[in-house]
Amino acid sequence: MPHLLQRRNDLKSLRHIFTLFKKDLLLEIRQQYSFYGVLLYIAATIFVLYMALESPESNVWNGLFWVIQLFISINAVAKSFLQESRGRMLYFYSIAGPRDFVLAKLLFNSLLMLLMSLLSLALFSLFLGNPGVKAAAFVGLVLLGGWSLSLVFTFLAAIAAKAQQNAAIMAILGFPIIIPQLLLLMRLSNAAFTENANIPIATVLLLVALDAMVILLAVILFPFLWKD
Amino acid sequence: MEGLKCEPLKVNSYVLLHTSYILLRIYPFPLFLLHFFKMIAGLSLVSNGCAQKCMHKSWWKILCVVLLFYTFIAGFLMDVPRLPALSETIRNLYFHVCMWFCMMILFTASVVYAIRYLRTNKLVDDIYSRQFAAVGIVFGVLGYATGAIWMSYTWADPNNSSFQSFSAVAREPKLIGAAIALLIYFAYMVLRDSISDIDKRARITAVYNIFAYALLFPTIWIIPRILPSLHPGGQNGNPALDFKDIDNRMRMVFYPAVIAWTLLGVWITSLKIRLSLLKEKRLLQ
Repeated sequence: MPHLLQRRNDLKSLRHIFTLFKKDLLLEIRQQYSFYGVLLYIAATIFVLYMALESPESNVWNGLFWVIQLFISINAVAKSFLQESRGRMLYFYSIAGPRDFVLAKLLFNSLLMLLMSLLSLALFSLFLGNPGVKAAAFVGLVLLGGWSLSLVFTFLAAIAAKAQQNAAIMAILGFPIIIPQLLLLMRLSNAAFTENANIPIATVLLLVALDAMVILLAVILFPFLWKD
Repeated sequence: MEGLKCEPLKVNSYVLLHTSYILLRIYPFPLFLLHFFKMIAGLSLVSNGCAQKCMHKSWWKILCVVLLFYTFIAGFLMDVPRLPALSETIRNLYFHVCMWFCMMILFTASVVYAIRYLRTNKLVDDIYSRQFAAVGIVFGVLGYATGAIWMSYTWADPNNSSFQSFSAVAREPKLIGAAIALLIYFAYMVLRDSISDIDKRARITAVYNIFAYALLFPTIWIIPRILPSLHPGGQNGNPALDFKDIDNRMRMVFYPAVIAWTLLGVWITSLKIRLSLLKEKRLLQ
């Protein structure tokens, strides 16, 4: 009997997560200015880079690409919690648990960031050329990197929103935390750019493990941020 | 004027009396160890009293002073192995490495109190957490300073000034880890100042403290192992400190030095904590 109850609760929370996710998606579709805003941000930044340098070397390309990814992720993810007004948060508080809420946000932002990463990769290759030798592996790395960035910055957006601060504090809080993952990603993509180097699977798994840890920490710690 | 003249004498006799009292009182060694670790790691998650009681005890402060004297005297006078490129500068081990040990222990204590705050919601724990982080930052900066001096004699390009070779040296994986740790706690302080509501500040910064620390530590373990490094340890070894590397003679000074500096850090923190407990007295009631 208890495990049946447990199962029902699990199903219920899955449904909650799905509903909250659908609400975020609907909001995004109805208020398209923010989506196009981020898109324009990507295009404008990459165009500026295109003006500033012509055909960068692979390590410059790599460094620039990940730094741009970092800023895109801050811009794309920041509004996820900042857009929720106090009253609306109270409403969510009354209908859903904190874990469902944060998991829905993580899911939505991951998907958003995956899309943005692919778009920026396409624009980067279009304007600045693509030094990648192993194209498929590099696309996989970009997706993994985008996912890692979105997870960390989603949780930091929750902190920044609770502190009633803007995106600037998110950058301060997030940069030191994200450095190790960026370092790993840059090393991996350097391996993808060189002909003979293998991509170390252990490092990829390490990144996945770090992502899992971020999700776990978010699920554990978000309930404390949630109650006012 | 009369009163002022008398004062030093009074203090002296008080100190003498106090020291002899402490020396006479034999502290059982296991209890000493227990209190030491409880004090440092804040392991007393269940009982709140120990840390506060320990704070007012004087045996560990005297121990700290004695060990610091020992560190300075033995550290500068005792024989050290002369290694190529390092030679006498190896004595900096007693100061530089101890700063990082102390910083890490203080940050760990800060996180333990942050977890405790989330469990108990007592503002005292928030004060502990903040002060441990603040003193940890000081030790981190000192670690950087002692490291910079050491670097300028060993790693720096002799044809360049050490200021110019800094950008090359700062790529060191261990320097990256240290820089991340310091940046995280600077950000922690900025976040604290940006929130005015006391309870909210305590809760949000505790959450950030735990989140950042949990991501910082894998970094410190992983990054030195995968990046090339000039530091001892490095790619294929224990990056923190290879305990087989260090000479027996040096161990005699190094371990007491770590304890001494850590105790000093805890002592400074305890003074800061007591000050802010007095300041916030009305709030805490």
